[in-house]
Amino acid sequence: MIAKLFKFKGGVKPDSHKDVSAAAPIRVAPLPSHLIIPLRQSARAMARCLVQPGQTVLKGEMIAAAEGPLCTAVHAPTSGTVRAIAPQPVPHPSGLPAPSIIIDPDGLERWIERRPFDYRCVPAQETRNYLRDCGVVGLGGAGFPSHVKLGPGEKGIETLILNGAECEPWITCDDRLMRERADGILAGASIMRHIAGARRILVGIEDNKPQAIASMRAAVQRLGEADIEVVAVPTRYPAGGEKQLIRVLTGIEIPFGKLGTHFGVQCFNVGSAHAVFRAIAHGEPLISRVLTLSGNMAHPGNFEALIGTPIRELLPLAEPRTDTDRYLMGGPMMGVALLSLDTPVIKGTNCILAGSPALFPPPPPEMPCIRCGECAKVCPAELQPFELYWFSRARIFGKAQEYSLFDCIECGCCSYVCPSRIPLVDYFRFAKGEIWAREKEKAAADIARERYELRLAREEREKAEKAAKLAA
Amino acid sequence: MIEALLVMALGAVLLGAALGYAAVRFRVEGDPLVEKIDAILPQTQCGQCGFPGCKPYATAIAKGEAEINQCPPGGEEGIHKLADLLGREFKPLSAEHGIEKPKSVAIIDEQACIGCTLCIQACPVDAIVGAAKQMHTVVAAQCTGCELCVAPCPVDCIRMEAIQETVDTWKWKYPVIKLRQAA
Amino acid sequence: MNNSPYSLKPASVQSVMLRVLCALLPGIAAYVWFFGAAILVQIALASVTALAAEAVMLRLRGKPLLMFLSDGSALVTAWLIALTFPSIAPWWLTVLGTLLAIMVAKHLYGGLGQNPFNPAMVAFALMIVAYPQLMSQWPAVGATDFAMQINAIFGTRQLDAMTMATPLDALRTVLRDPEQRAAIGGLLGSNATFGNIGGKGWEWVAAGYLAGGLWLIQQRIITWHMPAAFLATLFAVAGVFTLIDSTQFAPPLFHLLTGGAMLGAFFIVTDPVSGCTTPRGKLIFAAGVALLTWIIRSFGAYPDGIAFAVLLMNIAAPLIDMYTQPPVFGHKQKEGEPR
Repeated sequence: MIAKLFKFKGGVKPDSHKDVSAAAPIRVAPLPSHLIIPLRQSARAMARCLVQPGQTVLKGEMIAAAEGPLCTAVHAPTSGTVRAIAPQPVPHPSGLPAPSIIIDPDGLERWIERRPFDYRCVPAQETRNYLRDCGVVGLGGAGFPSHVKLGPGEKGIETLILNGAECEPWITCDDRLMRERADGILAGASIMRHIAGARRILVGIEDNKPQAIASMRAAVQRLGEADIEVVAVPTRYPAGGEKQLIRVLTGIEIPFGKLGTHFGVQCFNVGSAHAVFRAIAHGEPLISRVLTLSGNMAHPGNFEALIGTPIRELLPLAEPRTDTDRYLMGGPMMGVALLSLDTPVIKGTNCILAGSPALFPPPPPEMPCIRCGECAKVCPAELQPFELYWFSRARIFGKAQEYSLFDCIECGCCSYVCPSRIPLVDYFRFAKGEIWAREKEKAAADIARERYELRLAREEREKAEKAAKLAA
Repeated sequence: MIEALLVMALGAVLLGAALGYAAVRFRVEGDPLVEKIDAILPQTQCGQCGFPGCKPYATAIAKGEAEINQCPPGGEEGIHKLADLLGREFKPLSAEHGIEKPKSVAIIDEQACIGCTLCIQACPVDAIVGAAKQMHTVVAAQCTGCELCVAPCPVDCIRMEAIQETVDTWKWKYPVIKLRQAA
Repeated sequence: MNNSPYSLKPASVQSVMLRVLCALLPGIAAYVWFFGAAILVQIALASVTALAAEAVMLRLRGKPLLMFLSDGSALVTAWLIALTFPSIAPWWLTVLGTLLAIMVAKHLYGGLGQNPFNPAMVAFALMIVAYPQLMSQWPAVGATDFAMQINAIFGTRQLDAMTMATPLDALRTVLRDPEQRAAIGGLLGSNATFGNIGGKGWEWVAAGYLAGGLWLIQQRIITWHMPAAFLATLFAVAGVFTLIDSTQFAPPLFHLLTGGAMLGAFFIVTDPVSGCTTPRGKLIFAAGVALLTWIIRSFGAYPDGIAFAVLLMNIAAPLIDMYTQPPVFGHKQKEGEPR
């Protein structure tokens, strides 16, 4: 038993709106007319395409291979023909297209040969490579490759945390998954514990999901393994943030730039655990996920959709109301507005939220900051957002970094409470982007300077050699 | 009267000694100003400033032989930074040295290239690979966009292409300050 | 199109300011009860002047009129000016003070959120320097005759019948005269000027401010740091010096319940714009104000020192904030390292 829970500072309590979509069981979304699979599924790296236009692929066939340490493979979500490999809109705030594979399904759902993976008989590294080739990434949103997180850190992993907190309003896909597929989640967690060599597993679930907690506790009984505990954590956004959940369950605070492994703890979304289970026990790569359709919809609910399903084809399942003026991918606190409905479901898509002017009214005009300090009270990273705002707005980026700009997790609590309605997070995103761009420019300039100086030195040397030759 | 003179003289000697000691003790090697100016310059090595490279231009600025507004790739931002560093007045970019353009890379039309190596010799950062009578190509990651290779090409097969924004290079914009006229 | 977060908590500068105004009501009620309705006239005068001055300045600065006029910040300044000025001061004194506060102390420094000094305190300090006489004629307890008060504000001033030295003034007179010093105990016990603890009547006004202030803390508009640090420091300093020499220094409770102490603790020191914002900074700021207030009250030339104390600490606020940045999540182990 955990003796006590810790607290993270700050946080807010927005209306949860979970009940509208949590009641109905997960339904399987029908096969769409075409699938768009972006080559970038994990957060940092693009996979290398393995297929040609016109090629037929089987369901679960690898269509892009992992390249580089932070990359994972990509698979065909169903059997069919590759129509094209072309830039397509992806879920990204820029709305810019990115290279994607477009597949026309043949409707036959012909699988590749599926075999369970015997993870107990091989070295952990081999299992991790297998998970990489099964395309398993974090399903909580950021899409960080799971095989990397399961790797041995400096200290090894002592505690494995399963994140079932799901703190964003409206979203219930993890809730439903825990209610319906608790055994699979725990089996996946048990496999991950084996790979990482962890001692205990903690499952953190916000206490506004009593059924999920009960279901997971029952599954722990059925599994009968030691050192697995389901912990109800207080409902407060962003309790499901990785750093916040680790803090609540273990008291460990992970600063910016450090990973959980530095502290012997690692955190996975419950969906990721289920994906690991499917990959290991059934030999199925990650080609579908559960996501919530909610918001301004007549029949909100949770659906299991293939990766690559265009959002446009999912929406009729939940029947958006006519006054819907926009769609968000993710929750209202951190989601991204979709600039095109042809954007596909990716591995990190946990929710499609229909918004209306009534539901998400346009913000009133920005007033000057009165330094009331409300943002600092709610900041879970314990920053002083009003100071960061001041520096970001004035483009004094050095000072912003001194005030720990990069520790900001962009959870949106500060913007949520600001009485002056300042889009604080927008300023922080802007400042971070500028700083990154400047660092890149600086690095490029340094390389150019070095190459230029090397060239001058070489020319100098050649001249001297020529002179020496002439003299000889 | 004599005492006062002596006190003043003694003070002068002591301060002089302190300054002399400091000059020796805290001696700065090299010319850090040139380094600081060079760090601000974009290292395009394009020569648009009228000097053969960024470092020579930096040296000229430090000596007071060049204005701070002769670097088109550095743009207005670069001039502002130089003005801040040197305590000089900001000046708009001097038109005779060129205009600020979006960052671009050189692209060689590989069908048309005759393999003359003239562009390879012109490139200040050795970003073009190839050999005589062999097709040349630009290593895009190392190209500074200086355009020095464009003119020497005898068959005009090199063109400059502005770098397009992608998901990787996209930046969040400065939040628009909405001050709706509420009157 | 805005970006995440898409849902926002219903909060606005206006609602913050309106709740501050509401919190002032109990104190104002007590004020009216003991000292007559003149204060209401002053509040009205100050409010109208403040809104007009705000409108003029917004127009001159090319800012949206309605949005900023309705934010309520000018009204808060106006009410604080009315409450810190004598309620029977001539009308032009209040108007002039308010004009200076809004036009100079607020808008010339950049308007809402930008002013380094508390506008109401700037007004008070300027006026008490310029018109020390007028700024120290306070109504006597029970002299609530409205006609006389109106006459004092707008007409010829026949004040003898209705003014009275404030407790702090009376105390000062006594303390200045070495022969009377021994009588400090007797003075504080007399019911003419002094009530049970502080000034007669004033202690009830202070109680009203205390109630309003506690409600503001409950509403999460202000935090406990500033009032607590202010009152505790004032109490502690006054207490120590009373123990040292009770014939020279007034007792701590007296300090807390007279003059602008309560109003200051909950409504003036807590101004977020010109004060500190970090938790430790707030404690230091408010303690500094309390210390300076006590020093000015005990040794200075002016009866109440809160205005000067606040202005002095306003200057130091950015520096205090800079040095009291709280540690960031995950960065707490590293001590002594510059962040």
